[in-house]
Amino acid sequence: MTERNEPITHGMSSALPDSGGERLKLSRQKPCIEVDKLNLFYGSTQALKSISLTIPEKRVTAFIGPSGCGKSTLLRCCNRMNDLIDTCRIEGEIRLDGQNIYAPTIDVAELRRKVGMVFQKPNPFPKTIYENVAYGLRIQGVKDRRVLDEVVEKSLRRAALWDEVKDRLDANAFSLSGGQQQRLVIARAIAIEPEVILLDEPASALDPISTAKIEELIFELKEEFTIVIVTHNMQQAARVSDFTAYLYLGELVEYDDTVTIFTNPKQQATEDYITGRYG
Amino acid sequence: MARKQLTTTSRDNPGVKAWFGQGTPWVWLSGGAVSISMVMVVGLILLIAVRGLAHFWPAAVVEFDYVARPGDEPVRIIGEVNRSETMTAASMREAGFVVPEEQTLVTRHLIKQGNRDVTGRDFIWYLEDGMSEWRYPADVVQIERLQWGDFFGFVRSYLVDGIAVAQGPQARAMFEEKLRETGALVKQVGRIERFDIGNVNFRMERLRLRQRGLELTVDLDPSTRAQIEAELEAEQTLLEDEYEVLEAQRQALRDEVGRFAITVETMEGRMVTIGLADIVHAWWPNDMSVPAKMGHYVGEFWKFVSGFPREANTEGGILPAIFGTVLMVLIMSVIVTPFGVLAAIYLREYAKQGPLVRTIRISVNNLAGVPSIVFGVFGLGFFVYFVGGTIDQTFYAEALPSPTFGSPAIIWASLTLALLTLPVVIVSTEEGLARIPSAIREGSLALGATKAETLWRTVVPLAAPGMMTGLILAVARAAGEVAPLMLVGVVKLAPNLPVDGNFPYLHLDRAFMHLGFHIFDVGFQSPNVEAGRPLVYATALILVLIIIVLNLTAITIRNHLREKYKSESD
Repeated sequence: MTERNEPITHGMSSALPDSGGERLKLSRQKPCIEVDKLNLFYGSTQALKSISLTIPEKRVTAFIGPSGCGKSTLLRCCNRMNDLIDTCRIEGEIRLDGQNIYAPTIDVAELRRKVGMVFQKPNPFPKTIYENVAYGLRIQGVKDRRVLDEVVEKSLRRAALWDEVKDRLDANAFSLSGGQQQRLVIARAIAIEPEVILLDEPASALDPISTAKIEELIFELKEEFTIVIVTHNMQQAARVSDFTAYLYLGELVEYDDTVTIFTNPKQQATEDYITGRYG
Repeated sequence: MARKQLTTTSRDNPGVKAWFGQGTPWVWLSGGAVSISMVMVVGLILLIAVRGLAHFWPAAVVEFDYVARPGDEPVRIIGEVNRSETMTAASMREAGFVVPEEQTLVTRHLIKQGNRDVTGRDFIWYLEDGMSEWRYPADVVQIERLQWGDFFGFVRSYLVDGIAVAQGPQARAMFEEKLRETGALVKQVGRIERFDIGNVNFRMERLRLRQRGLELTVDLDPSTRAQIEAELEAEQTLLEDEYEVLEAQRQALRDEVGRFAITVETMEGRMVTIGLADIVHAWWPNDMSVPAKMGHYVGEFWKFVSGFPREANTEGGILPAIFGTVLMVLIMSVIVTPFGVLAAIYLREYAKQGPLVRTIRISVNNLAGVPSIVFGVFGLGFFVYFVGGTIDQTFYAEALPSPTFGSPAIIWASLTLALLTLPVVIVSTEEGLARIPSAIREGSLALGATKAETLWRTVVPLAAPGMMTGLILAVARAAGEVAPLMLVGVVKLAPNLPVDGNFPYLHLDRAFMHLGFHIFDVGFQSPNVEAGRPLVYATALILVLIIIVLNLTAITIRNHLREKYKSESD
């Protein structure tokens, strides 16, 4: 227990990712998502102001900032979840592997298959554990029971949930605890093999132990997926991410590798925020 | 210390204001309202149940001598005491009874004395003052007949082929034994008439229509026409032969049953001969043990729910009405559910929320407030005359001018009620859809599901309990509705059930009987009000039970669905 809690109680600098003693350089990364001069309006209110940043492949990128700064909005732009909001209007481009996802020819459902998302509150479907994980494949028309079995097991293993649920795959997903539900939702997202996983404050509704498990999971998942995480918790950003973007009032204040942001930020505003002097 | 202080405080502010302030009167008021509602509902059900169920119990038959006016010769009266009441002497005098001057209150009894064919009236009031002591003769028999209602009397002899073969108690024994046999034969005759001959008639009618259709077809070369005519003729001969066989069979059975009869002495001492063919059931109510009475009770009740009506609906059973009610509700459910659900899904999920959708929603809600008879008028004008008439002209031209679908029918009744209950289903489904948390939708969309996939795989199943709630309300409303049905499909007496053994088995073009209308008809349109009165209660009870059963079924399904899609949001 104590061991698990360790990273949380530790100081910030020791929580920084160990990247083989060498700092990751943003410019040397292979780009995955490129946000280019993105403006977003809710009705007449501008929520994002000319944001440009590049999210590197197979790394963890964190968005931090005070409430209402637009970090969740920016995240939801990456798989066009903002389309669901009627008054939302977007200018600029977001490119996934060089292709503008706001181009009219883009199939949104297909985009979302490539860019999965996990929400703040665990939102399993009121179905069995098995059906939750198999949902994405069933949508794609996979009916072969063997394929489904295989994918369900693999995804649950990758989400570090398999051992806890392997005997009750037919139980309702709501019989799981909050932390288990969140890992189930992650398993559900990775079952369809996306390129990118967007995590919208994935641990904010969870207890510390579950949070630690999710963080461990993020660490493992970045081997295969590009991960973008929005978090309120700066220690969490420091612990799990390779790169960090600080947003304030819809503007990107600073974006750099996490070590730089947390130890030697270029902007005074960033420093004020991460040291708690903000506001 | 603290407690003491509190009591002092409230004693400092005594009076009504404090009492109101505590909310006590509102608790009493709402509690009282709930109690009154409960008492009324329970009382209603109890009244219907007691009045309706008591009808089938074999009541004792009384015998007394009655003197209508002083000095008259006493008359023997036999019958069942139906009910008693105490009236003022004045009103009784006005009604033509002789009541002594000094008396102010009179008790009178309504006696069901049957024998409508002999005396003309079967329910008669008698004043208690003119009655002798009541006697309960053990050998008085009550006979339920196919015609003319019940008969009360004493079995005197048993006849075979018109010759008395037994007298007195022996006659009773032989009659009782034979009745079981003839009862089965009478039932068989009924079956042949209703089903077998009905079937042949149905096919003959269809053949006639085909012949008529052939006449109406002009562009047909003569040889083909002759060929088809010959075929139809051959078919007709076959059917006629079949009819002959059935008719002979029926006649043979009737002849067999017609051999047996009994003579019964009425209360006036007249001898009446009743053929066993006319007798449904006979029992000696004063000579029955409690188990026998219970057996009789169950048998009568069963005959009531499983039999066909006789004697202008005042005798026999209500099976066609039960059948019609249930079938109509089921067809209505099958129609209203998809329509209501689809409309609600469109309104809630696809339509752009704005003034137009708001107007539609208000209109739909107001549709629920339109008086049901208006729906009946609409159903008659639109469904029966317009849609039905068009169908007739297009597909059943050979049957014109007699309508097929262009007359009141179960399909039009179901459609009219579906329209009537549509708002309920739409509103409930919309509420069900609105309750689904957006997180569930987002979760599905984020996995690459399209909006339609999200709807059908996740949202609609989750909203199913809401839809079922709508259906439950719709069923309850539809099963109890009578007014619009009288215009679009319900009849006093339907010759055929809407479902039978003839293709296409479900005859949506037929008029049907309905429990609600049956209650109205038996209670207020029947020639024999007193005989119909208990049936009104019994039928009402059955109607209530059917609605309860339909609702319980729907509620069970809903709970099952809720269990299946249980989620945090519930």
